[in-house]
Amino acid sequence: MSAIKLTNVEKIYGGAVKVLEDINLDFESGELIVLLGPSGCGKSTLLRMIAGLETITSGTLEIEGQVVNDVPPAQRGIAMVFQSYGLYPHMNVHKNMSFALELAKKSRQVINTTVTQAARMLQMGPYLERLPKALSGGQRQRVAIGRAIVRDPKVYLFDEPLSNLDAALRVATRIEIAQLKESMPESTMIYVTHDQVEAMTLANRIVLLTPGGRIGQVGKPLELYTRPQNEFVAQFIGSPAMNLIPGEVVGTGEQTSIKLENGGVAVSAATTRSSEEGLKVNVGVRPEDLVETDGDCIFEGKVSITEELGEVTLLHFDRVQDKDAMVAKLPGIHTGLRGNSVKLTAEPPKIHVFYEGVSLYHR
Amino acid sequence: MDGIVEIKSSLKKWVVHITVALLVAVWLVPTLGLFVSSFRTTDQIKASGWWTALFTTEQKEVLRAADPDDFRVADGDVFTVSGNLFGEGSSKKITLWGPSSLASDAYVPGEVADLGDGESITVQANGDYVWRGNDDQLSGHGQRVFVTVRAPPEFTLENYHWMLFDKQNSQRMTKAFLNTLTVAIPSTIIPIVISAFAAYALAWMNFRGRALLIVAVVAGLAVPYQVSLVPTLKLYVDIGIGKSYPGVWLAHSAFCMAFAIFLFRNYMAGIPREIIENAKLDGANDFQIFIWIVLPLSIPAIASWTVIQFLWTYNDLLTGKVFLIDNTGDNIILTEAIIRMLGPYAGQWAILSAGAFISMVVPLAVFLTMQRYFARGLLAGSIKG
Repeated sequence: MSAIKLTNVEKIYGGAVKVLEDINLDFESGELIVLLGPSGCGKSTLLRMIAGLETITSGTLEIEGQVVNDVPPAQRGIAMVFQSYGLYPHMNVHKNMSFALELAKKSRQVINTTVTQAARMLQMGPYLERLPKALSGGQRQRVAIGRAIVRDPKVYLFDEPLSNLDAALRVATRIEIAQLKESMPESTMIYVTHDQVEAMTLANRIVLLTPGGRIGQVGKPLELYTRPQNEFVAQFIGSPAMNLIPGEVVGTGEQTSIKLENGGVAVSAATTRSSEEGLKVNVGVRPEDLVETDGDCIFEGKVSITEELGEVTLLHFDRVQDKDAMVAKLPGIHTGLRGNSVKLTAEPPKIHVFYEGVSLYHR
Repeated sequence: MDGIVEIKSSLKKWVVHITVALLVAVWLVPTLGLFVSSFRTTDQIKASGWWTALFTTEQKEVLRAADPDDFRVADGDVFTVSGNLFGEGSSKKITLWGPSSLASDAYVPGEVADLGDGESITVQANGDYVWRGNDDQLSGHGQRVFVTVRAPPEFTLENYHWMLFDKQNSQRMTKAFLNTLTVAIPSTIIPIVISAFAAYALAWMNFRGRALLIVAVVAGLAVPYQVSLVPTLKLYVDIGIGKSYPGVWLAHSAFCMAFAIFLFRNYMAGIPREIIENAKLDGANDFQIFIWIVLPLSIPAIASWTVIQFLWTYNDLLTGKVFLIDNTGDNIILTEAIIRMLGPYAGQWAILSAGAFISMVVPLAVFLTMQRYFARGLLAGSIKG
């Protein structure tokens, strides 16, 4: 039985503004699902709808087989960790964590055991008597997580929990969350973020939402990376973003040849029918998949700016007309390429072909 | 350039400081004067300004020896009258004295003044005197003595005793004091109970017409309560409570309700949404959220409003007169009592200032203690930053 199932879910504000559309998702228990997307795509709204803090305009939400559209948040078997923690400022850490249990009228003994256990798991033992204002950001975050653990929910919901932490703390807490998930293999976690790195490292599966509130793609992190189903996904995952070059299909079959606007020829591992010759497509290739070549190339251009990061070297090329400039990411250190003319190519499986925004690999 | 900027800013600082100091002085000095005057007698107040009362002063007084017809004692064939010019227990010290206005500082204490024909008088520094003379001389009025006195600060609690405890005082303030507290305390507590609930509903509960209700509350702020005095009293009389304590409690509560709801609602709406949502996720219903989360976090607003409302009802005259004070005189409150004092005690500054301070002491105490309850930064730490 799936832990969470969303069927044709939509969210419309004020009868006019549609923020989520055509959401169909199915999460197995034990998965860590990341809702990823740019700001304003509706990922937090979706999370809050699962939590019960926002109403579902149409469609059904099922938690462990039970339709919970109208069930109050506290009875859905979920627990939520907010971006800004939302701790009760006038209660100490112990009370913050035990509040839910006290409302449920659990015995003092059960409360104390549960709280101490959660505190130990998060190394918050020495801080139980402190007020939130006496804690650092990372500690407050752990109290928020502890509060969720104490409720022993079926599903954990995280709303951008690392956004308010500084870079170093972010990395450390990210690992802690990963370890937490390992220690609770049957719990389902839904995690909202706009940060790709968090998504790629933590997720079992990623749900990438488009700015229009639709699902761009659902899949394992590497699937989204190697086989993006559409241009939006292709350009959202990976940094710097995938290069897109317009072209026309000139050769069809098991491999497809595309003549590019800039004059180069790309050979992609995507299969096409002979009737698709002449199709106007966009060819996508990631900067890190481009290699220097002397012979046939997809692209030849003059390097305008180099960024030498030591680990990699980024080559930025001149803009052609008003398309985005090409970017290449070469491993290691390459000096003295500025101003040079460089020829680049890539292997066929790494060349993506998008017809009307949809990848030809996804057919 | 920097030098000019520095001079300008330090000049501005000084102007600000001096202005503030002047304003403080304008408020404090008369209050201090009233306070000091309440510990003096009316005679003292008439004789010298209150600012002299704090120091030992030199004054000229005219005192009289005791009436010789009643107090002269035979001593051989002369008579003496002895005693103390100041009466009992005075710590004044005579520096110079004399038997007549022309010779008012002719003698020092201890000397004997020869009044002619064997009559004499001697005066000590502490006011003890011995007046000798024959039958004719020691008769009629007591001998006048003109003294120059060094008087240390002399204070009395007489005025307060008179105003508060002395049963002979028909204008005694104790009853009025207790009555005022009986009006003010419930009139402060009842509105909190009602308006806190209302404010929570208007801030955090979603229901139809909520926006209209909020507008209605704000509109209520604009209505002057005086328009409802007569109709409300009529209503009270019709339903049978007439002029009474419950009547004035309800009246005070109603008149302040709009402001209380408005203030609390705005404060409660400022509580971060995540805290309320977390409570909902924890399984709290609206009542539990109100009691355990919102109310504790609203204490700063409630504390400051309590001070305002208490002082308002304590100092109120109009509502008290309309809804409480009747002809029996048992229901009198402090404000009314002060007005009534002005009749019999006009001109008796000592009594009046004692009365004024008796009515001031509670508001002062409330204000000074409640200041500590304005817990700033109570919400710090609940959300990031």
